[in-house]
Amino acid sequence: MKVLKLPKEKLDFFAAVVQQFGEVHAPVEQDGKYVFRRLTRWSEARLDYPRTILPPKKYFLPPREALFRYQEGQGYLPCAEGLDRRIILFGLHACDVYALNILDQVFSGQYDDPYYQTRRKNTVIIGIDCAPDDHCFCRSMRADFVDRGFDLFLYDIGDYYQTLVGTALGDDMVLATAPLFEPVTQADIDEYKRRSGEKRRAFRLEVEIRDLPEIFEMEYKSGIWEELGEKCLSCGSCSVVCPTCYCYDVADGVALGARDGVRSRSWDSCLFSTHALVAGGENFRSRRSARIKFRYYHKQRGFVAEYGRPSCVGCGRCISACPVNIDISQVIHQLRGVQDAVAC
Amino acid sequence: MLSLVEAPPVAPVLGGNPYLPHMARIVRIYPLVEDNHLFTLRFLDESLANSFRFHPGQFVMLSVPGVGEAPISISSSPSRPGVLELCIRRTGRVTNALFRLKPNEVVGLRGPYGNGFPLQRMTGQDLLIVAGGLGMAPLRSLLWYALDNRDRFREITLMCGAKTPAAMLFREELNSLVGRVDVRCLLTVDADPTGAWTNRIGLLPQLFDHFTIVPARTHAAVCGPPVVYKFVLQRLLDLGFPKDRILMSLERRMKCGVGKCGHCSVGYKYTCLHGPIFTYWDAINLPEMI
Repeated sequence: MKVLKLPKEKLDFFAAVVQQFGEVHAPVEQDGKYVFRRLTRWSEARLDYPRTILPPKKYFLPPREALFRYQEGQGYLPCAEGLDRRIILFGLHACDVYALNILDQVFSGQYDDPYYQTRRKNTVIIGIDCAPDDHCFCRSMRADFVDRGFDLFLYDIGDYYQTLVGTALGDDMVLATAPLFEPVTQADIDEYKRRSGEKRRAFRLEVEIRDLPEIFEMEYKSGIWEELGEKCLSCGSCSVVCPTCYCYDVADGVALGARDGVRSRSWDSCLFSTHALVAGGENFRSRRSARIKFRYYHKQRGFVAEYGRPSCVGCGRCISACPVNIDISQVIHQLRGVQDAVAC
Repeated sequence: MLSLVEAPPVAPVLGGNPYLPHMARIVRIYPLVEDNHLFTLRFLDESLANSFRFHPGQFVMLSVPGVGEAPISISSSPSRPGVLELCIRRTGRVTNALFRLKPNEVVGLRGPYGNGFPLQRMTGQDLLIVAGGLGMAPLRSLLWYALDNRDRFREITLMCGAKTPAAMLFREELNSLVGRVDVRCLLTVDADPTGAWTNRIGLLPQLFDHFTIVPARTHAAVCGPPVVYKFVLQRLLDLGFPKDRILMSLERRMKCGVGKCGHCSVGYKYTCLHGPIFTYWDAINLPEMI
């Protein structure tokens, strides 16, 4: 992989040049929190943000999108509006890039999802490193660093961003601004390694995931799930903010008196009571405790069986978003029989 | 942990969009029992109608334009191509809308999805089909596949139970199999208010008393309401059936059919991709399955 460095004071110039590759979206401060959105000017970007409210998945699996139009006599016609937008997502943290790599697996395989895949192809990802806060446990989830899924990744090494070039497109962007980037020296690499070690030691939250699937199997009937079910409001906030929650609902809409309609999909949550409800009234997860258990089980155990790793990346959003303070790290500690969540 | 299931036919993806329904015409609507009709469908596209392949046990996603989409198991046999027969109960939004349609009207179809029955593993073996209530809907495909390819199976036994004769799906069709020498067809009803029922009266599991079976060379395909699973599965285990020779067809909420929307997951498997046919061994290893 090509490794270069970009002087920090040239970042705004770099951002101006990359606009030719698409609309620039980056984290922006909003009411004391942060959101990804289109920049009107570069100075809005806040690259030192802790985490955004919604993860970048909203760019690839929008909260609601039209899949087909139905026209009598013509059948179903795929909707393609907006799929060709060229977007540059500037400033993704490693955990969020990692989450996209996980979603890539879900939305490919035997059946490619053309909506997701087209957006992914049309989106440039520029990652940036970060410092963990009280809710970050990406290191435990092995998502504190990411080796693919980005076009460029910037690491702060003081006066420069040490830049990994992940794709040919990333390289084109570097070449478009060629005089800005410089070769790295051994001293830069050493500085990167020093900061990497510093970041490692900065984590205050840790969970052990090594034999977690086995513990989930053993503790399937644990009383912990009933306690959580009592506490959980089934509001689905954790699913909405989760960078790897991808469940969606599909509904057909039709104008009154018309025979033409639109089939669209929208975010869903396994915590909603209708998630496993079938026609005829049978509900396979009618209890809240069963639903919250399912959510954890699917992420921490199911994904390991299917894709070789948990789908959780430790971004901490569900901890921040839960209105009744359910904390996934605490749940895992409880299941493991460890009392203290801050175990570093 | 899960036993290997041979690759079933995969849905043809037109225009790179696996969610795109292909239009199909309702050729015939045949009432089977109350609120339960057999819909015969044929794709408008002639080449698709003739090339559409599937395995018994697979399902399709059926769209009623402007209303929605629902997963429906295929009730016809792949040995009788050209049309698809879907045995559908009027029970949800989509099926209620479907019941308002008339022959010659158009619906959307995509598929086939799911694993289907593991035919390679079942070939050359005895076949036991156990259907209770609406369970015959997916099992009829397997039944006719086996009868149309009779040389590929050894003994074939069908056990089918319903509450009353009027509630038995495919009643005339199954009745016509009684007495055939190449299939042991055992039909029973819990009660017969008509007095005209010529087959057995009693609960479905009692049919096991009427014949002997060799579990080591038999695959049992079971489908029915929870009470059927409860008693039939226990009976099969008592008879000494290995847990991976008991095959079950499951029903789940589905929005995509292709392993994306998340609704049909049981434990860590998707019913639409890894099922809907699961072995009993899968069932006891995947939480919430039955």
